[in-house]
Amino acid sequence: MSTLKTWSADQQVALLFVILFGVLLLASAAVALLTLRERSGAQLDQHDRLRRELGAVWAGAVVFWAAWVSGPVGATVLFGVVSFLALREYVTLVKTRRGDHRSLLLAFFGVLPLQYVLVANRNFDLFSVFIPVYVFLAIPVVSALAGDPQRFLERNAKIQWGIMVCIYGLGHAPALVLLDFPGHGGRGAFLLFFLVVVTVGAQLAQTAASRRLRRRPVARHIDRSFSLRAWGIGIAAGAALGLALFWITPFKPGQALAMATIAAAAGTLGELVMSALKRDAGVRYWGNTSSVTGAVGLLDRVAPLCFAAPVFFHSVRWYFQLKP
Amino acid sequence: MTRADAMGLLLSFIARLITGAQGHWKGCPPKAEQRIYFANHQSHLDWVLIWAALPRELRATTRPIAARDYWTAGRFKHWLTREVFNAVYVARQRTDDQDPLEPLVDALRNGDSLVIFPEGTRSNKGLPQPFKSGLYHLAEQFPQVQLIPAWIDNVQRVMPKGEVVPVPILCTVTFGAPITLAPGEDKRAFLDRARAAVVALQPVESQLQAAGG
Repeated sequence: MSTLKTWSADQQVALLFVILFGVLLLASAAVALLTLRERSGAQLDQHDRLRRELGAVWAGAVVFWAAWVSGPVGATVLFGVVSFLALREYVTLVKTRRGDHRSLLLAFFGVLPLQYVLVANRNFDLFSVFIPVYVFLAIPVVSALAGDPQRFLERNAKIQWGIMVCIYGLGHAPALVLLDFPGHGGRGAFLLFFLVVVTVGAQLAQTAASRRLRRRPVARHIDRSFSLRAWGIGIAAGAALGLALFWITPFKPGQALAMATIAAAAGTLGELVMSALKRDAGVRYWGNTSSVTGAVGLLDRVAPLCFAAPVFFHSVRWYFQLKP
Repeated sequence: MTRADAMGLLLSFIARLITGAQGHWKGCPPKAEQRIYFANHQSHLDWVLIWAALPRELRATTRPIAARDYWTAGRFKHWLTREVFNAVYVARQRTDDQDPLEPLVDALRNGDSLVIFPEGTRSNKGLPQPFKSGLYHLAEQFPQVQLIPAWIDNVQRVMPKGEVVPVPILCTVTFGAPITLAPGEDKRAFLDRARAAVVALQPVESQLQAAGG
């Protein structure tokens, strides 16, 4: 431990990725070994799903690694691309109308690049208000100018939501990397890693708990597996993970516990909101193979992060009174 | 790599970035056989979408139909359709001494595959308009060439009529099972059957959406 402390920030982050990829390699090897053994149909099915999920985790890990290696600009560009793909998937599924064309163009080719330029420049004050204040007005104006009054509110709400989730929410991931913590310079990647581990851990714990417990769902028509107790277990698991990881963050143990609780709650609730949205759009799973929209299921994977990242970011920034 | 190849790669990259351009081979595998793909026509992007959805090795031998007067007018347009897409040019104005299908027949004799939009024009009503008879005449003359129906979904949302900048929305091209002209089949009956084969490939969600308005 004491030698670790004397390492530079870069060395520590590198070690983090070595450990992460090592764990993934072990997991992949274990899954490959299992392939040799299993036979029954249901098991094979489950196995396929496991392999797909593991592939997604690999892809995510590589994205984060590339984001760190390529520095601030690279990280921003990379998350910008993920934002673009997520928004493309979202817009495909929420069914926009002909009159939304210009608003969508503004969202994809105006708002998205601008927001990420703000991140790269660390203009965090403007970054925080650009979409909720300025874009909030700009989108309905463009929509109104298109001259289609039908379902005006609904259409604009859809677009505003897509921008909030896919651009604003996800934009906070590179913002975390670039956030300047006094005495913790260059270790922003740890904060993002902390957030991702906590939200993913909470999500997995909640899924496992709801499968085991079979409690009454709170909102049956939205998510059959979401029960209060499973949710509590998910948050507890996230908080415990956060506490265990406090040493990689600038937080004290108590602060890490509190921040992890906030992130875990935001992530799991964000997932619930996303299922409501999916139900509304008439899909059960964004990556549904029967949906010929060709959606790749990216949105499903990034949704918890989209909701947890802004809440976490602003909690940290406000609590520690950070001035970039 | 020539400049035309590079342009082709760039265009298919853009098409994939904007629309995903996913090809779903429901009724036949993507194979290097001589084929006529026929599809619904809703947007200028339709051809690029089908082209990008095809595997790269099939793109060189699969050719679009282009209106001669429009696509040979400027140097860039001419270069694009001739070098990149290897288009078959047809005259839009009918002259008495020439069969309008002749360039297509030549291309098929040559062993090339074609992509045609038998509606003849872009429609934005959701369902395709009645097919024109060109498909029938080609099927009659080339019974050995496979006729593959294809449905292009969502593309009208990417670039509605009158807009020039495409919005990124995922699109798919669904390829169905080949149909053949039955011996002695009536022209209208065959064209209706071909149209029905295209419509049948429409994904369920778009059908519901069309029905719901």
